[in-house]
Parts: sequence; C-alpha cells; structure tokens
Amino acid sequence: MKLYEETIQGVSEKLLRREVSSVEVTRSVLERIGSLNERLNAFITVTEETALEQAREADRRIARGDVPGPLCGIPLAIKDVLSTRGIRTTCGSRMLADFVPVFDATVIARLRAAGAVFVGKTNMDEFAMGSSTETSFTGPCRNPFDLSRVCGGSSGGSACAVAADLCVAAIGSDTGGSIRQPASYCGVVGLKPTYGRVSRFGLVAYASSLDQVGPITKDVKDCALLLQAIAGYDPQDSTSVDREVPNYAALLDGEVRGIRIGVPREYFVGGLEPDVERCIRKAIGIWEASGAALVEVSLPHTEYAVPVYYLIAPAEASSNLARYDGVKYGYRAKGPFRNLADMVRRTRSEGFGSEVKRRIMLGTYALSSGYYDAYYRKAQQVRTLIRRDFEGAFQSCDVIVAPAAPTTAFRIGEKIGDPLQMYLSDVFTVSANLAGLPGISVPCGTSAEGLPVGVQVLGRIFDEGTVLRVAYALECRDPQARKRPAIG
Amino acid sequence: MKLSREDVQHVAMLARIELTPEEEDLYAEQLGSILEFFDRLKGVDTTRVEPTSHVLEIVNVLREDERRESYPPAEILRNAPDPSASFFRVPKILD
Repeated sequence: MKLYEETIQGVSEKLLRREVSSVEVTRSVLERIGSLNERLNAFITVTEETALEQAREADRRIARGDVPGPLCGIPLAIKDVLSTRGIRTTCGSRMLADFVPVFDATVIARLRAAGAVFVGKTNMDEFAMGSSTETSFTGPCRNPFDLSRVCGGSSGGSACAVAADLCVAAIGSDTGGSIRQPASYCGVVGLKPTYGRVSRFGLVAYASSLDQVGPITKDVKDCALLLQAIAGYDPQDSTSVDREVPNYAALLDGEVRGIRIGVPREYFVGGLEPDVERCIRKAIGIWEASGAALVEVSLPHTEYAVPVYYLIAPAEASSNLARYDGVKYGYRAKGPFRNLADMVRRTRSEGFGSEVKRRIMLGTYALSSGYYDAYYRKAQQVRTLIRRDFEGAFQSCDVIVAPAAPTTAFRIGEKIGDPLQMYLSDVFTVSANLAGLPGISVPCGTSAEGLPVGVQVLGRIFDEGTVLRVAYALECRDPQARKRPAIG
Repeated sequence: MKLSREDVQHVAMLARIELTPEEEDLYAEQLGSILEFFDRLKGVDTTRVEPTSHVLEIVNVLREDERRESYPPAEILRNAPDPSASFFRVPKILD
C-alpha cells in the first residue's frame, strides 16, 4: 500500500509508531497531486511549501510526544470556500481569483491546532452554486472513475481528491447536497453535520440558513475523526450551538441491532436509475439482516423540496453576494467609469459567472416587491411543512435512508445547458439542509459501468452519532462496496 | 412561460448586474421555465403555517463592548483593487 492511499487512522498509527514521518506522507501525497491534478483539476491551489512546513512542525511535535490528536501530520485538502490566512481563497470565482484572506475560518484554525497539514484548496462550483463542479472559473473537475464525467458538486474537488488519493481526507461544504452528492459520485464518505454543529465563521457565505462545513473521507471512521476535530461551539458564529460534542469514533461498534431505519415511500417511486435503486436496496437488506428494523415512513412534501430550496438559497445568495462590489477586495472591472454604480455593475457582470448571475437574478426576483409573498414567503412556509414531515417520520424511526442522488455521475456538459435539470438532480439532498438535519453518504456499490453509488443516512438534529454508527455498520459488512478508481 | 425582457432588465437593475441582450434572452427563457416549475408550490395549503427562516431558535449573542485588536490596515488594503494611503478609492459617487 502506498502512503497516499492511507486513511487518517492508518497514517496516524504509522506516525505514532515512528514508521513514517509526516513529511514522507505529505511528499507522497504532493507527488500524487503532481502526477494527476492536471487531468483531474481537483485543486485550484496546491500549497506545497505550507504543507511541508506544517508536516515538519507535526514531526517535531510527534518527536517530543506532544500529539494533539489523530489529525497531527495528516495531509488534508480544503474546499476553496474556507478562508485560509495567507493562502489564496477563490471560491471558484473570477471575483476572488486573487483574494488572500487575512484570517482563518474557525474550522481552519481548529485543524491547524490539531496539527493537520494543508496540501491545497480544492475546486468547486463558483460560490458553491452547482451540482457538478463545472461552473468553477478554472474549469470542471473530472471524475476519477471516468474522466468524461462530473465528480458532482459543489465540493467536487474535495470528493475527487479523496477518491483519487490526492489527499488523505478533505473538508467540504454542503448547502443543498454539496458534500453528500459528490461523495456519492466519487465513491467516498461525506457528511453534512446538523446546522449549527460546525462553525460557519470564515466560510464564504452562499445561503446562510443552510450552509454547513463537513468532512469527506475514505471511510466512516475517518469521517468521525475529522468531524470531531471541527465540531463545536464558536462564539464567532451566532448560529453555532453550544452543545456537547460526543466522542463519535467511540460510538462505532458495527452494530445496528434495535435501530429503526425509516424508508420513505416518496423516495422510491420511479425516476431512480435502476442500478442506483439496486445498490440502495442491497444496503437496506444488509442493515435488516444485521438486526435493524425497517419502517416505512412518509415525507409527503418531498416533491416541493427542490422548488423551496431553489427559492430560499438564491434569495439568501442574492443578499450575501451583494458584498462583491469591487471596492474593498476582489475583482474590479477596468475603468474609466461614469460613476460608482457603473463600476459596481460592470464589476459584478464580469466577475460573476453565468450560474451565479442566474441565482442572484432568481433570488432577487423572489424577494422583489410583488413577488415576495408568492415565492419567498411561500417557500419558507413549505419549508416548515418539510421540517414537520421529518419530525413526524422520526417519531417511528431513528434514521432515514435515501439515495444520495437519483443517478450515478453524469457526463460533463450533459446538464450544464439546462439549469432546471441540474437542480432536479438535488432532489434527495436538499431536504436535509432545509430541515437542518445531519446526513451522510456512504458507498454502497457500483453501477454496471463501474460508477460509484452512495446511500444516504439522515438523522435527527444533533444525532450525527447514530448516523455514523449506521453507516459504519454497512461499511463493516460490505467492505467491497467502496471501489478505488483505476486512475494512476 | 417566459419572463418579459422588461422583467429581466428590472431584476438585473435591482441586482446591480449588467446583462448583454443575449443574456437577457437566455435568462428570460430559463428563469421563466424555472419559475413555472416552482408554481407547483401554489397548490400547497399553507394557511396558518409559520414560515421557517432558520431551523434552530436564534438568539442574540452579546458580548462586552471592549476594545479589541483589529487587523492592520496595510494587510486589509493589500486585497483592495484601488487602495490609496489608508483608504479604498472609488469612482465619483455623484454625477
């Protein structure tokens, strides 16, 4: 096994036994990036020097027995949506192509304190708006299982980097499925925490009532370890919640006996790719055979989730992205200008890509006078009904199982010209964001063409523990479900 | 359904975005079909349903109003498109 193929636990054990150094592991990962990134386009920025410096520091800490935790010396990839002090943070946008933050996001500060090594900033849909990582100003990120296909999005670069061993683990963000869907398309594990579990301070805002930062990893145990490092209250984020963080890894016992798994009737009614359905059904069968109880549940407002999401998220985005005006940081169009307003308009028109402009327009429309009640307020009301659906379902079950996406990875260019079709591919993921619930995607097989399929496990608010436990039980019983891409 | 060109221009004005005539056509078409799909929400009975703006109860977080260190202006201005001494320079505001 090559060093770059290792998991967090694998590297951590080797580091503690002094079998390898963090510098050796980091070099192995950086070489892998060097040989594959041109083809995959998983990274926007590779931070070789920073990484080796951090790795040397981690090795010094290990040598003097000052190991803060399992992330010490581990090469991680960071979605380019998180502010990294002194490291360019582009958000996949021309608007921020040269932006170098003066501060670290809380998640980044926590990872630095944990001794992690940052190998680079990963590719993403511009401002996290997209389901395919095709809208990045640096061009699409490619799926390591089939370079003609998308890796999902918006955290596509992070999922791709984990799948192709361009890092040991990665950080993504999820507003409507942006961790879970690319994890599914790339055959890795991705978890969106409960809204409020992880600080959003320093996460470039897309839709503030939906955004969460979370881990993308090679297996479920790693997912627990990485979540542990980033979860917890942050006084700098007023929406983060001051609530004890359990020891997630300690909950992973491989058991699901007595757990009630809800199977929503509305999620299995057609529109699912047959291979996806087959893999999901197989996973459900494994859980049942392991002692979990299957319960049929109903989420009657499922068909409204996509419209509700695509009104609320763009509305919030249209407000959040008003800050890009060419004054304090970011892109500014070339003058001369007639006046300030002319500068702002031209800057935004040139700095934003087509999908970002589309969502700003959609959100502005939904918030504008005469349409606010019909669209925005109506969407917020139906959001309440979607939340209630889940509250009702969780009366009779402990977790809910769902596909992560209706299909396997589609082809680059296949949906980019038809935004509505792209939006509809988010049908199984947006509800968890609207209701604030934690959700994981874990590999559960491959299609006939060899493309990965992920099964989603959703849990109650703040019950990441059960979500991880159920996912881990599946991984233990079906270790072959995760395939590695043949790329190399 | 297609949005009118006037609607698109009005929304673009509100959003401080300048669109080319081709973009106006494209967005009129695309936003129109997206909104048409969203019209299915109109069939949902939301009488007496409170809107959700946030899933968790949000409370004000207050702290003492103490003097704290801020970022050095020079560091902040390094990201500015047109810095001048300790200011951000912009085109004239009034015609």
